[in-house]
Amino acid sequence: MINELFPNVKWDKMWEATVETLYMTGISVVATFIIGIILGLLLFLTAKGNIWENAFVNKIISAFVNVFRSIPFIILIVLLIPITKFLLGTMIGENAALPALIVGAAPFYARMVEIGLREIDKGVIEAARSMGAKTSTIIWKVLLPESMPALVSGITVTAIALVGYTAMAGVIGAGGLGNLAYLEGFQRSRSDVTLMATIIILIIVFVIQFIGDVITNKLDKR
Amino acid sequence: MISIQNVKKVYSSLKGKVVAVDDVSMEINAGEIFGVIGYSGAGKSTLIRMLNGLEIPTAGSVTVADKQVSQIKGQELRKARQEISMIFQHFNLLWSRTVRENIAFPLEIAGIPKNIRLKRVDELIKLVGLEGREDAYPSQLSGGQKQRVGIARALANNPKVLLCDEATSALDPQTTDSILELLVDINKRLGLTIVLITHEMHVIRKICHRVAVMEDGKVVETGKVLEVFKNPQQKITKRFVSQVTEPEETKETIEHLLERYPQGTVIQLGFVGESAEQPLITNLIRNFEVTVNILQGKISQTQNGSYGTLFIHIDGEASETSKAIDFITSQQVGVEVIKHDK
Ligand SMILES: Nc1ncnc2c1ncn2[C@@H]1O[C@H](COP(=O)(O)OP(=O)(O)O)[C@@H](O)[C@H]1O
Ligand SMILES: [Mg+2]
Repeated sequence: MINELFPNVKWDKMWEATVETLYMTGISVVATFIIGIILGLLLFLTAKGNIWENAFVNKIISAFVNVFRSIPFIILIVLLIPITKFLLGTMIGENAALPALIVGAAPFYARMVEIGLREIDKGVIEAARSMGAKTSTIIWKVLLPESMPALVSGITVTAIALVGYTAMAGVIGAGGLGNLAYLEGFQRSRSDVTLMATIIILIIVFVIQFIGDVITNKLDKR
Repeated sequence: MISIQNVKKVYSSLKGKVVAVDDVSMEINAGEIFGVIGYSGAGKSTLIRMLNGLEIPTAGSVTVADKQVSQIKGQELRKARQEISMIFQHFNLLWSRTVRENIAFPLEIAGIPKNIRLKRVDELIKLVGLEGREDAYPSQLSGGQKQRVGIARALANNPKVLLCDEATSALDPQTTDSILELLVDINKRLGLTIVLITHEMHVIRKICHRVAVMEDGKVVETGKVLEVFKNPQQKITKRFVSQVTEPEETKETIEHLLERYPQGTVIQLGFVGESAEQPLITNLIRNFEVTVNILQGKISQTQNGSYGTLFIHIDGEASETSKAIDFITSQQVGVEVIKHDK
């Protein structure tokens, strides 16, 4: 029955493309989470009145984040072609999409991290300082745990954006469901393939949103 | 225990300089509960924050428990802070941690091993009366319970000094009293030196031994709480004292009383310390040919004795009345005859 509705879908290829999309999304989410938190922490800590107050460093990171956040993703991929080639030696395949995905998403996420950190009550940080906490203790035991719901809901939004980015990267040859939908579906006018790829992408997005919401609610004890 | 010498704190902002604390000097003894009272913006928080190095004085020096807090930095300052803990108006608990985990936090900072930490946390929970709430999150606690967690957390590393920045200002009167009682209890049991700042004279009256009054960054008056209540020098101090002693609407009431008792004499009595506890009225009626009506009054308890005012009406022969007044004066009770404004 399902084969009658989707006559042109080759399930093994569809599965392969799904795994590629999940792979690209997974790796880039993990990298974005780490890099975004580091950048977000730096933005927060070097801001005026904070522990590492440093206008110069703050301006530089802020400018970097703003620039990369503003470049449309499709252009970013093209811009990053030389770097990707240098790093990976190729422009084809799912790994080739990773640098662009991470460079595109990490600054976006860094801003969300910064906003999350700014929402922490200043008094709590001060209380930790009054107990004699080191900066590293404040980061690990106050800043990150207290902002964790915001960090998780932020990475959920970012992950969903990344699923979309992987599809775009696919069109340029990076594999995954976007690539399949474009090459097999659009170019050969097999709309059932495009439809199936779309359905799977939607399912991935819903699952990410669901998991993100569950974790956020579990963490949030406010 | 604490020595503050010619301390000054100046903040520079876009609008110019703000002198938050202006040449303040004082000594606070070990085991004392010392209060600082002043209106909002007087510089109280700035002053208390210099006692644990959260603010560095622009000039002057601060020594707490033999550490020159205004000079030391880094590791040495962090170590010193474990002996000078602090509680806050808005409690400042970590909402992501349970009661037990919040209290354990300073112990983690001090590097205490886990098994000792757990034992110590249990002791502290008992000390502040939070048994049964160990695994609750701050959002599940009342204001008073949150401040109890704050106090337990502050006591975790056996500090020598406890700083309280408006610790009861976010609480209702009843809860305020229970937290103040806890502070007195801790002060007596552990011999802890407590410095507290507040804008409520009630708090000073209830638990402090000595008080400093701050206005515009300066300390304008210092003394034993009872002395200050008995004999306030500055206008601002008188205003604070009247917050807790004079019954409300006193002025109107007095005028009303004078109208109601055109004969005889209306007298305002001021009691301080032991004089508040003697049977003055009984003695008056027994020994003099006068009638005595108690009109209104209020007696308050402080940490070193009682304090209060009482309005009475005395009627009788003029000579008997004046003898009665002399007797009251001889009992070390303040006497003020309220006159008709004619
Ligand atoms: N970080 C700061 N920067 C600039 N001005 C400040 C700062 N902290 C306090 N002040 C100013 O110092 C004065 C005293 O403030 P504060 O010590 O908080 O008073 P209080 O605790 O008695 O209400 C106020 O005028 C306040 O605006
Ligand atoms: Mg204040």
